[in-house]
Amino acid sequence: MKREAPKSIADYSPLFFPGLMLIVFFVIPFSTMIAVSFFLRDPSGFYTPDFVFDNYARFLSVFFGRVLAFSLMLAVMVAICCVAIAFPFTFLLTKRPRKVQTIWLVCLLSVLSLSEVIIGFAWSTLFTRTAGITNLFVFLGLMKEPVALTPSFWAVLTGMVYQALPYTILVLYPALVRLDPQLLEAARTLGASPPRAFFNVVVPALRNTIVATLIMVFVFALGSYLLPQILGRPSHWTLSVLITDQAIYQSNMPFAAAMAVFLVLMSLALVGLTLLVGRKENAL
Amino acid sequence: MSGLVLKDIVKSFGNFTAVDTANLAVPHGKFVCLLGPSGCGKTTLLRMIAGLEDPTSGAIMLDDQDITPVPTHKRNLGMVFQSLALFPHLTVGDNIAYPLRIRGASRDEQKKRSDELLKLIHLPGFADRPVSKLSGGQRQRVAIARALALSPRLFLLDEPLSALDAKLREAMQVELRQLQQRLGITTFVVTHDQREAMTMADLVVVMGQGKILQAAPPIEIYRKPADAFVADFIGMTNLLDAETDRAGRVSVLGQAIPDLVMPAGFTKAAVSIRPEDVHLGPVGGDSIGGTVTFVRDLGGTIETFVEAGGKTIIAVATPRERPNVVAGQQVGITLPADACVVLKS
Repeated sequence: MKREAPKSIADYSPLFFPGLMLIVFFVIPFSTMIAVSFFLRDPSGFYTPDFVFDNYARFLSVFFGRVLAFSLMLAVMVAICCVAIAFPFTFLLTKRPRKVQTIWLVCLLSVLSLSEVIIGFAWSTLFTRTAGITNLFVFLGLMKEPVALTPSFWAVLTGMVYQALPYTILVLYPALVRLDPQLLEAARTLGASPPRAFFNVVVPALRNTIVATLIMVFVFALGSYLLPQILGRPSHWTLSVLITDQAIYQSNMPFAAAMAVFLVLMSLALVGLTLLVGRKENAL
Repeated sequence: MSGLVLKDIVKSFGNFTAVDTANLAVPHGKFVCLLGPSGCGKTTLLRMIAGLEDPTSGAIMLDDQDITPVPTHKRNLGMVFQSLALFPHLTVGDNIAYPLRIRGASRDEQKKRSDELLKLIHLPGFADRPVSKLSGGQRQRVAIARALALSPRLFLLDEPLSALDAKLREAMQVELRQLQQRLGITTFVVTHDQREAMTMADLVVVMGQGKILQAAPPIEIYRKPADAFVADFIGMTNLLDAETDRAGRVSVLGQAIPDLVMPAGFTKAAVSIRPEDVHLGPVGGDSIGGTVTFVRDLGGTIETFVEAGGKTIIAVATPRERPNVVAGQQVGITLPADACVVLKS
């Protein structure tokens, strides 16, 4: 069927609603934020409209550079851990009977109903010296005496992976369910052992899904600001924590906006780079 | 015995018995068609030969060696799946060379073998194309070439031609048979299309409800079906009740058929006669009287439907021996005794 080019304004009408939503909920707030990032801060009040680069200049320091690098590194690690755990898990889940799959998915969905605060405090309790899991390890004879695992980088990472894992599985599940099981069987008849067939066939066949999932978890983890504060030291605080601090506690909207814009640009650049690398490999 | 032997293979899924005590011996180099309606267990049987399913009991022997416990990837076989299962992320050449890559062959060896196979399947120069750019028939050939890349001991195909249109399917049947004869490889094809089986097979294995009902060369299956199910499944047939009277003569539809002998101990049986063996003539004599209900003239053949004694008998004739009857006409039906197969009913 050949589609005709739209002729009148009425032909564009299906675009009006999504266009309106995009303007109201994305273009206006984001432009406001960009505008604010160039405003001048008024220490006694809020801010005054202006066009200065002070906010961006202040950002270009070793301290903020380190926080930005840490935030990006943390988000990348969370994304990699989540996909590395969720992909084999979801693959094995799709091989189970339908009923078992449903039970697992319902349990995972129920984890999503937990708020970030509850997840954070639950893990911080689990990681304490007095009531934490190390007591269990001592009981099992794996450790000599209980230790506190929080605050630490690994506690932050664990908490964030725990939070993002259900999303990762739910994003991977449809693609893995649709994967033709005969692809794996074909690899086996051609001489590949089951683990080899998994890495030779399933992983490359779903490469685009994996890349998309990595980006999704990365973006998701980048916005996290509660868990680093609950489970980490100040050195493990992400840029999102600093943005919240500036915007709410220091009332420095222009600087918070500048940091937010910078964070968006950096993550867009990273996502773009990932897609570019993916395209190049595809072309080979 | 050398070749593939199935010994008392049983496969159950819960309460359902998919394959029930299958026994079969296939010498090397034979082309075997597993034929039957859907759900008869033919695919399950093929998957057990491939090692993709484990039999509940029984053994699969290849050259007197029990291969039942050998995992699929060590059985050295080639299999073509119903969905073809070509790897979407690899090119045509890499798909075909995949089994060589698994075994650590060098890039040159892989290239050499895939070029060789592409020539064999009449697709030279296709090595660098992505699989998604191929037509249905081309994908089919690539799947066959990939399965043959390592010169396997067994070549298994699960309804390989079902996705192709009728014309291409017929051409591929002939091509597949010629390829198999050239390579002399023991081949198993699962199909529900009896024409396909007749075209390709040395040995047709008819299955129904998990059991092997008959295993014989195609023409024998056609001429001497083992039971009513086989007779009905392979080609068109007329299944008629036969009775023995006190004098020992066999009669069908109330008319004695001279020379037709019922096996000892049978008093009631069914007679199967192929439509092309049914002769139509004038009413009277030894013939069975009937009324023509419909004539289907297909050009190449003419099918005449005759109602006699509450049964519809189909007669097929070529235009040369055209019966020249019209619907409503009274005719006499003659059933030659040598073309009738007596089956236990």
